Amino acid sequence: MVVDKKGSPLLAEQNIKPDTRHGVILYVEDVSVSFDGFKALNDLNLYINDGELRCLIGANGAGKTTLMDVITGKTRPDFGKVSFGQQVDLLQLSESEIARAGIGRKFQQPTVFEELTVFENIELSLKGDKGIITSLFHKLSSEQKDRIADVLHTIGLAKECYYAAGRLSHGQKQWLEIGMLLAAEPRVLLVDEPVAGMTAQETERTAELLTSLAGEHSVIVVEHDMAFVRSIARKVTVLHQGSVLAEGSMSEIQSNPDVIQVYLGEDQG
Amino acid sequence: MSTFIQSPFGQKIQKLSSLHFVIGCLLISTLYATVCNLAFTEGSFLHVSDYTISLFGKYLCYALLALAVDLVWGYCGILSLGHGAFFALGGYAMGMYLMRQIGDRGVYGNPDLPDFMVFLNWSEMPWYWAGSDNILWMVAMVFIGPGLLAYVFGNLAFRSRVSGVYLSIMTQAVTYALMLAFFRNEMGFGGNNGLTDFKEIFGLSLQNPSTKLVLFVATSVALCIGYIISHYIVSSKMGRVVTAIRDAESRTRFVGFKTEHYKVWIFVVSAMLAGVAGALYVPQVGIINPGEFSPLNSIEMVIWVAIGGRGTLYGAIIGAVLVSYAKTRFTAIMPEAWLFALGGLFVLSTLLLPKGIAGMLPASWAKGSEKENDGIEPSDNYENKRSESNNISNPAEAK
Ligand SMILES: Nc1ncnc2c1ncn2[C@@H]1O[C@H](COP(=O)(O)OP(=O)(O)OP(=O)(O)O)[C@@H](O)[C@H]1O
Ligand SMILES: [Mg+2]
Repeated sequence: MVVDKKGSPLLAEQNIKPDTRHGVILYVEDVSVSFDGFKALNDLNLYINDGELRCLIGANGAGKTTLMDVITGKTRPDFGKVSFGQQVDLLQLSESEIARAGIGRKFQQPTVFEELTVFENIELSLKGDKGIITSLFHKLSSEQKDRIADVLHTIGLAKECYYAAGRLSHGQKQWLEIGMLLAAEPRVLLVDEPVAGMTAQETERTAELLTSLAGEHSVIVVEHDMAFVRSIARKVTVLHQGSVLAEGSMSEIQSNPDVIQVYLGEDQG
Repeated sequence: MSTFIQSPFGQKIQKLSSLHFVIGCLLISTLYATVCNLAFTEGSFLHVSDYTISLFGKYLCYALLALAVDLVWGYCGILSLGHGAFFALGGYAMGMYLMRQIGDRGVYGNPDLPDFMVFLNWSEMPWYWAGSDNILWMVAMVFIGPGLLAYVFGNLAFRSRVSGVYLSIMTQAVTYALMLAFFRNEMGFGGNNGLTDFKEIFGLSLQNPSTKLVLFVATSVALCIGYIISHYIVSSKMGRVVTAIRDAESRTRFVGFKTEHYKVWIFVVSAMLAGVAGALYVPQVGIINPGEFSPLNSIEMVIWVAIGGRGTLYGAIIGAVLVSYAKTRFTAIMPEAWLFALGGLFVLSTLLLPKGIAGMLPASWAKGSEKENDGIEPSDNYENKRSESNNISNPAEAK
């Protein structure tokens, strides 16, 4: 059985089309998460517009990764509402369903399939039917091969394509994981600390890539590297102790007295 | 040399994979044993005795079982310490059929009831024995029994995301519980003594050496088919998904795969392979009893795979045959010490051969070398790249 974008019956979840008539693709409303009484997220509200590039910053433990866990279904919130577009309730879907619905994620620790080759890592991430029967009889179509080649080219790993992913450098793994995201063609990309372990040059290229993705995709980037954030940010959200402290352009954020006190203050002081 | 490799013949050789080699070896050695058993008389240098044939028939059953263990453990990272249960269930399905073939030739001469039921003063057969004299029923049960257990267990365990040591302990508990259950006479499977005293299979007398030979050949063919199926699975995209689950399960979920489904599926396939191995084993040894459910047996299977080399398929076969052969030899001298020897062997192989015996074979074999990654050629020296990367891998993984 060959998966053909037009031919094969699509899975129910793949037909999920977020309703973005109001221009918002991701609604996170009044979300609270606690771990053994400790509130990792506290009444958090966040709205991501379709096609926007949003930077999330905040001190260690502010809840940035937890927020991504909630959006991708890894952690279930105690309260609150998370929806994809206006009508798709993400809290009802499993991790794999959310992924197929079009929300991709890069982990804080680069996580790739170490024993598989770079090529195979991308292959598994390709958008398409993820059912067992399809996997069993799957043959790559020439469009899919082209797509993989494209992605490999974009992330600069074409030469390494038959290397086992486990042998890539830390920065290359970061790239590979971004490539896996691209291959899935998601509507929303959640990118947790993409430039950790990258050289200045690689960081610059990542910045270029992420900015070029915005527009067609919505991108949420968590990053501690302020120079990097400054270089890509249009709108920045500051998290502090599990809720939003401030939101706005980089210069607004930098002049916000609350932010200066709790976050940038420490940084610069 | 390079001209040889570039020649059509050389390219063909290069394309030969572990699959061709393993199937070739199995078929050739089976043929050899068969011919030498039939054509040369006792005393001849080339003679293969009936005893050897029946011994290797048993080993090949173990090899199929080890293959099943490797499929879930080596490729999917599910360390099942309960595969003996699937083996035994397949064995019981066959045992019930063979029991019914005895007819009135049993000790009590009862044409309707197997001896142990007469002994227990049962007046009729329990409902679940209905149909057990039918060959199709038997074949179906060999698959359904182990498959159903694996399906139910897998759904419960994998859906609630039990993994690692907890999962292994649960599998041990299952096989242990089944052992205790099958020990009970009321279960209706012969209790303690199990099912035995079989007379014939498909009309062939089990006492007859030629029947043993047929069973040996049948087991070899079953092993080949099992190997081809397993090889197909692990070299398909399915195999890559399963490997991905082994290495980073949550990542696999975030890529969009329902990992629980994949795990249940591979577990069921593996259980069925183990069931077939059990079914072929029973007529060759002439008995199936609850001892086959013993947790120790299941651990031994895992050791075969560890010694042979996990995640290669052929390693499992090598491990099962070599360790079983060693066991036959060893228990003939010092039966009590076998477990210590096995433990020692396991420790030694983990220390000296972390990748098992298969780790000493060509590296290009290890991962289905004929995988079709011919989609893109990033550079002209792809072959060099690949072998270069293999070279890098060995020292890195050794430390
Ligand atoms: N599974 C968990 N169990 C208990 N506590 C948790 C768990 N996950 C996160 N936490 C706690 O929740 C808080 C928020 O963690 P989170 O990982 O979201 O922070 P972060 O903003 O991503 O920080 P960093 O910048 O260091 O990555 C931390 O105090 C962390 O210790
Ligand atoms: Mg984090």
